[in-house]
Amino acid sequence: MMRLRIVKRPPLPGWARIAIPVAAVVTTLLLSAIPILVAGANLWQSYYHLFRGALGTRFNLLETCVKASPLIFTGLAVAFAFRAKFWNIGAEGQLLAGALMATWIGIYWTWVPKFLLLPLIIVAGFLAGGAWAAVPALLKTRLRVDDVVSTLLLNYVMLHILGALLFGPLQQPGSSWPRSSEIMEAAKYPFLMIRSRFHLGIPLALVAVFVLWFINTKTVFGYQSKAVGVNLRAAGFGGISTTAVMMKTALLSGGLAGLAGVGELCALQYRLILDISPGYGYSGIVIAMLGGLHPVGVLFSALFFSVIIVGAQTMSRMTGVPSYIAEVVQGLALMVMLIFLLLTEYRIKVARK
Amino acid sequence: MMREIFNVAFITGLLGATLRMATPIIFATLGEILAERAGVLNLGIEGIMLMGAMTGFIYTLGSGSLWLGVLAAALVGMLLALLMAFLAVYLGLSQHVSGLGITLFSTGLAMFVYRLKVGSPLVPPTVQPFRQVAIPLLSKIPIVGSGLFNQYLLTYVALLLIPVISILLYKTHLGLKIRTVGENPFAADTVGVNVNLTRTLCLVAGGALMGIGGSFLTLAHQNMFLIDVIGGRGWISIAMVIFGNWNPAKGALGALIFGLLDGLQLRLQGLGFRVPFDIFLMIPYLMTIVALIGVSRRASVPAGLLKPYRREEKGG
Repeated sequence: MMRLRIVKRPPLPGWARIAIPVAAVVTTLLLSAIPILVAGANLWQSYYHLFRGALGTRFNLLETCVKASPLIFTGLAVAFAFRAKFWNIGAEGQLLAGALMATWIGIYWTWVPKFLLLPLIIVAGFLAGGAWAAVPALLKTRLRVDDVVSTLLLNYVMLHILGALLFGPLQQPGSSWPRSSEIMEAAKYPFLMIRSRFHLGIPLALVAVFVLWFINTKTVFGYQSKAVGVNLRAAGFGGISTTAVMMKTALLSGGLAGLAGVGELCALQYRLILDISPGYGYSGIVIAMLGGLHPVGVLFSALFFSVIIVGAQTMSRMTGVPSYIAEVVQGLALMVMLIFLLLTEYRIKVARK
Repeated sequence: MMREIFNVAFITGLLGATLRMATPIIFATLGEILAERAGVLNLGIEGIMLMGAMTGFIYTLGSGSLWLGVLAAALVGMLLALLMAFLAVYLGLSQHVSGLGITLFSTGLAMFVYRLKVGSPLVPPTVQPFRQVAIPLLSKIPIVGSGLFNQYLLTYVALLLIPVISILLYKTHLGLKIRTVGENPFAADTVGVNVNLTRTLCLVAGGALMGIGGSFLTLAHQNMFLIDVIGGRGWISIAMVIFGNWNPAKGALGALIFGLLDGLQLRLQGLGFRVPFDIFLMIPYLMTIVALIGVSRRASVPAGLLKPYRREEKGG
């Protein structure tokens, strides 16, 4: 009888940190061939249209960047939280909190000077997302409430808060749909390139990558946040106020997710709707894991999934493979990456008995 | 307003709706309790339910048989649970992330397969759904009878499963094994219980229940497949397990309370009241977060939950 045994292995060299995600991507793309073949499409054609659809023309390439913006934000949000072992599955709700705040200010704060409106919205959206993440962090540190479950459940609480508001005080007058009025012109993100939707949120996401890299590697807080993740008790004994660090980590993580919501609202939708996010918060988990929880890794992994999501549309039109393949790929990628990460720490020995 | 609410038809209707809305949650909660009692948190539940809903619907659409649809949903649930077992039990990967992976994958796959089989017609296809079955005599009891005893067969099955799973867990040798594996896998291993096999079997049985719970939504509650048909009911079930202290009867009670809230908001809306139903629907989530306070210090949480079992790494 065959038995699988899992034994620890010595740490892998540095290049493995890049090789592992790349191998995971390749494996995921290979596995994705199964649903494509089941759909009865030609494999090479499908992959060709997938990549051409995402990168082939100027417009599509810029659309891929547009798609990457919220994914970078939620990916960074999850990565920074996971690094401190704050299991934030709630980026989706924090995104919605940011979008909600942007809507509120963008519609009703008419007294704010025009040039201040957008900076104000960005800061407030960040704080709204951060505050929504602070709730489970507080519950975790003070009352030892499991953060995975609480962050997950709070996503739905936020969704229902949105529902209650969009069917109530925030509803566009005269509309029977759950949607708000449009935000003011001055609250909209500027478009930065003609004949495209390339907007302010994209450079902002790149800035966030840099800032997070800076925090992680160059600041005391970044070090403390990681120390809390590596060993909570040791960090506490070492003189770090673990509760304060955890709260700050949650604030930053939720804030980043909130900015994803601000971007979707102020750059693309202009009005709040219930399905403003097609699950960007959950994609953030996949992106963070595939990116090895590293800001630059998150950037590349977010770009990869934008290519998949945007390209799947073209692939679907050209080959008939349903565009939901993009979601299948995300689920596969998460599982594959998880297995590959196991292989960095352990070896699987096949023993015969 | 009060007169309209407190009349017989309203109460009868509400009782019926309560059981109907609770049915998928009861199935999924019992399935999750089985897995968690053996030490595995299955966050794949939301996706497994969606796959069950889709598979049951598509299979019924093709075969014309509702029960074959339910069977197919159960089988798909078992297969996905087997994948979960491979990741979280045999490879010992993080149960949280494995489960989320299963949910993301299953959600994508359900929509992918549905679109592949059905395309995107203007009018989505429908099946002839299950009919309610009135139990003779009992359904004739005034006021409550036609509400409680005129239900879908699957609802009766769900209710029957509550004592069945309770007895299995607390009164049988197998149940003792399952609970030991969840409490202290090292002790279970010492007395010759195959920990990983027990966990796998519990996951797979639980997956079948989750799949059936999902299929109830497309074959009885509604007669079509919509992408948001589960709408967080899997997460609600996770919540009910905690709320019910990992006890089948208490978990099912939580599911019934959820059914009551859900039924109430549907009924009130049906009567034309403008109720902020979103506030109703928030309640179970908030209730659970409150229930989570101090849960880690309670004795009821299976001590081996979330911990992979590796014989070599004793002492965890």
